[in-house]
Amino acid sequence: MVDPHLAHLSNQLMLGAVLLYVVAMVGYAADISFGRRRVAAVPEEAKVLVGAGGPEAVEDAQETETETEDEDERRRVDWGRFAILLNVLAWGVHGAEIVTRGMAADRVPWGNMYEFVSAITFAAVTVYLVMLWRYKTNWLGPFLMVAVVIALGIATIWLYDDPGPLRPALHSYWIAIHVTAAVTATGTFTVAGVSTILYLLRARRTAPKPGGLLERVPDAETLDRLAHRTMMFGFPIWTFAIIAGAIWADSAWGRYWGWDPKETWSFITWVVYAGYLHARATAGWRGRKAAIISLIAFACLLFNFFGINYLVSGMHSYA
Amino acid sequence: MSVDAPETQAAPQAPRERPAGIGLFGWLRWGWRQLTSMRTALVLLFLVALGTVPGSFLPQRGLAPEKVTAFFQQHKTLAPWLDRLSLFDVFAAPWFAAIYILLFVSLAGCVLPRAKHHFVQLRSRPPKAPRNLGRLPESASYETDAAPDEVLAEARAILKDRRFRVDAHDDAVAAEKGYLRETGNLVFHLALLVLLFAVGSGAAFGYKGNVLVTEGEGFSNTVASYDAFKGGRSFTASKLPPFTVWLDSFSASYLPSGPNRGQPTNFSAKVRYQNGLSSPVRSYDLKVNHPLNVDGARVYLLGHGYAPRFTVRDGKGQVAFQGAVPFLPTNEATYASEGVIKVPDAQPDQLGFIGLFWPTAVPNQQGKVVSAFPAAWNPQVALFAFKGDLGLSNGAPQSVYKLETGKLKPILMGNKVKPLAAGQTLQLPGGAGSVTFDGYRQYVTLQVNHDPGRVPALAAGIVAILGIVTSFLVRRRRVWVRAKAAEGGRTVVQVGGLTLGGATPDFEAIVERLKKAAPEQPRSTAPDESPNMDEE
Ligand code: HEM
Repeated sequence: MVDPHLAHLSNQLMLGAVLLYVVAMVGYAADISFGRRRVAAVPEEAKVLVGAGGPEAVEDAQETETETEDEDERRRVDWGRFAILLNVLAWGVHGAEIVTRGMAADRVPWGNMYEFVSAITFAAVTVYLVMLWRYKTNWLGPFLMVAVVIALGIATIWLYDDPGPLRPALHSYWIAIHVTAAVTATGTFTVAGVSTILYLLRARRTAPKPGGLLERVPDAETLDRLAHRTMMFGFPIWTFAIIAGAIWADSAWGRYWGWDPKETWSFITWVVYAGYLHARATAGWRGRKAAIISLIAFACLLFNFFGINYLVSGMHSYA
Repeated sequence: MSVDAPETQAAPQAPRERPAGIGLFGWLRWGWRQLTSMRTALVLLFLVALGTVPGSFLPQRGLAPEKVTAFFQQHKTLAPWLDRLSLFDVFAAPWFAAIYILLFVSLAGCVLPRAKHHFVQLRSRPPKAPRNLGRLPESASYETDAAPDEVLAEARAILKDRRFRVDAHDDAVAAEKGYLRETGNLVFHLALLVLLFAVGSGAAFGYKGNVLVTEGEGFSNTVASYDAFKGGRSFTASKLPPFTVWLDSFSASYLPSGPNRGQPTNFSAKVRYQNGLSSPVRSYDLKVNHPLNVDGARVYLLGHGYAPRFTVRDGKGQVAFQGAVPFLPTNEATYASEGVIKVPDAQPDQLGFIGLFWPTAVPNQQGKVVSAFPAAWNPQVALFAFKGDLGLSNGAPQSVYKLETGKLKPILMGNKVKPLAAGQTLQLPGGAGSVTFDGYRQYVTLQVNHDPGRVPALAAGIVAILGIVTSFLVRRRRVWVRAKAAEGGRTVVQVGGLTLGGATPDFEAIVERLKKAAPEQPRSTAPDESPNMDEE
């Protein structure tokens, strides 16, 4: 039933993906540090280049640029490109890991914690790559890579499980629908969470320390808006995941909602994210407070994922 | 979004100052305003989230009553206190109901006026151009040789083309679109109200019954035939549809080897059912994710177990009992099970047994028998025997899974109890009789329920998602174009844009098209700052 060769291949691909993510992370880091000298020399210009502003404001700064800065600029771009290239490569290998895993077990590749983490990080990287393509969010790369590498490290070391068949309660095409939605939303919220943390750090000062980790990161307002938009993408998907889960529970357990711990925490997560969206529209709650609410929501999401599976027993405990 | 934002954000903000000396009515109004304010909604949302938390950490009666009992035994002083706060029935607790009812009253109080307001808005015309378009978050201005009328006509055409609602005023064109945003948001919130209502009425009018059925037996849909039955507040027993279900056979398969050995891979129950006496009998393959729909009710396969079969002869050599006795699994991984046999008809003494059942019996290191696998590869039972008075005659209800040993005398205990394989007979000491282990049947536990709210709840959920997606995708935008004759036969064109909740992504595209239609001419004075708003 389980194809051991494919299972092995999948594990190898996972290792490859993690290594490539690490290299991409190093690439992003190198990108930041190579930009550093030039940035220290001409801070205003760097801010514009890095931020989301249009090219028009760069012009006057460019007059002060010297030969060596051009040189640096080229190298910086190369590191940046290198990082993105590797990131895309890592993503491809990661995708292949998931596909081979599914083929090895002959089912959807999300049936246990290891597979969930793999799928969620894959979704997060996918969301990031789309944002990179649409909004040029390279600055997010290094931070997201750290999160992805840590998550995949935990998955391979502590959560690993050999591929196997699903238990009967999971025999349903709803697993594909419900879990895919939950995984996509979780990946999206992860990206939003990283952006929100950056926002909170960035909002503390008006200008980031030159040469600091944060100086590539756009201004607080842009970060806030990006995080908001990402959560606006994630929220309906999460809502859908909960409803799909209810439909599935209805056919598997004879009730669509039973306040099982997993259901309870999905609901809590949903409500707190709704609270965040409300806070953004409530006078006196925008900005920092709203951001903190969204991080609480993200903490609920993570707790639902790890805590509930390991601490509380319920129908959803697959750990 | 500072400009006239209050108009679309119709959510009333809480007035800070308390009303002074305005009487009861004033206070009521003040209270209502407070309740329906965004800030209160936020607080109530958090309270709902917070309120559900204990429900996920403490055992709940509705989910696992046996765990609540265990909790009471472990925490003798704490448990009654928690119970006083309804913390073992959080989701039915009065304080929890208070929170969500307040939230939904707040929701209704917030959304219904907004819906009314929006309804008026939907049929209103775009607001007139503000005097100074240059002060809007997005603005552009240029000079052209085209005449003002031409520019405005062009502007109308362009904006109409972009599906704006367009009004012409004397020297300006006003345009607005994106009403669907608020519509979507309102639909979302109203759908949540409907959802709550559907869930609530489903629970009130529905019912749920649990029943254990052994292979070869059946049950009919009457309150009496269920082991546990719960009807909603407005449920009436006479409304139960008269169907019958029989279990022909049950089969379970498990992983025979590997690290997950013993993990179930499939459960399937072959059942037959009949919708009332006059309907034909049909058969159905009942599986975990495939409930049986019968007469508006749904029958679910929830669990399974073993029912060993016994023949008990009493001290006089008569057959006092024969049949299958459902044993409850004590270990979900190996299906080692436990059960009780009561033989009230045995003479001269009534007989009772506590039995252990192992589907795949093997000796462990200490020589004790354990079950190694959930399938019945080597079924064995061990019986502890009692004789005396089973205590059934006093009329007090007894659990079929528990032996009241008060008036019973143990006659076979401890090391004398030896496992029996199928077909073997145990002679009871002192001529009290004998027991034969005849083999086993399997049983399933079924849940039958009817919830008239489930389909409306699902519909409301889907509508809520559609509503919120719409509201997130659509933006409410306003664009104004003003064209005024200036000296030298030139026309000054001013364009202003406002997006409620952000910049208008297509603002620049609109200006570009305008400029193409009414070409820009370099002007004498310095231009206003160019639009440079959004990164989209
Ligand atoms: C069951 C509880 C509620 C949930 C789950 C909920 C959820 C949401 C969500 C997800 C949004 C985001 C939509 C957006 O940003 O455009 C939203 C917006 C909004 N909600 Fe609620 N809501 C609830 C109750 C309420 C209540 C009680 C009020 C009134 C006091 C309210 C008023 C609003 C308003 C005015 C907006 C629009 C905010 C904006 O323009 O961005 N909601 N709600």
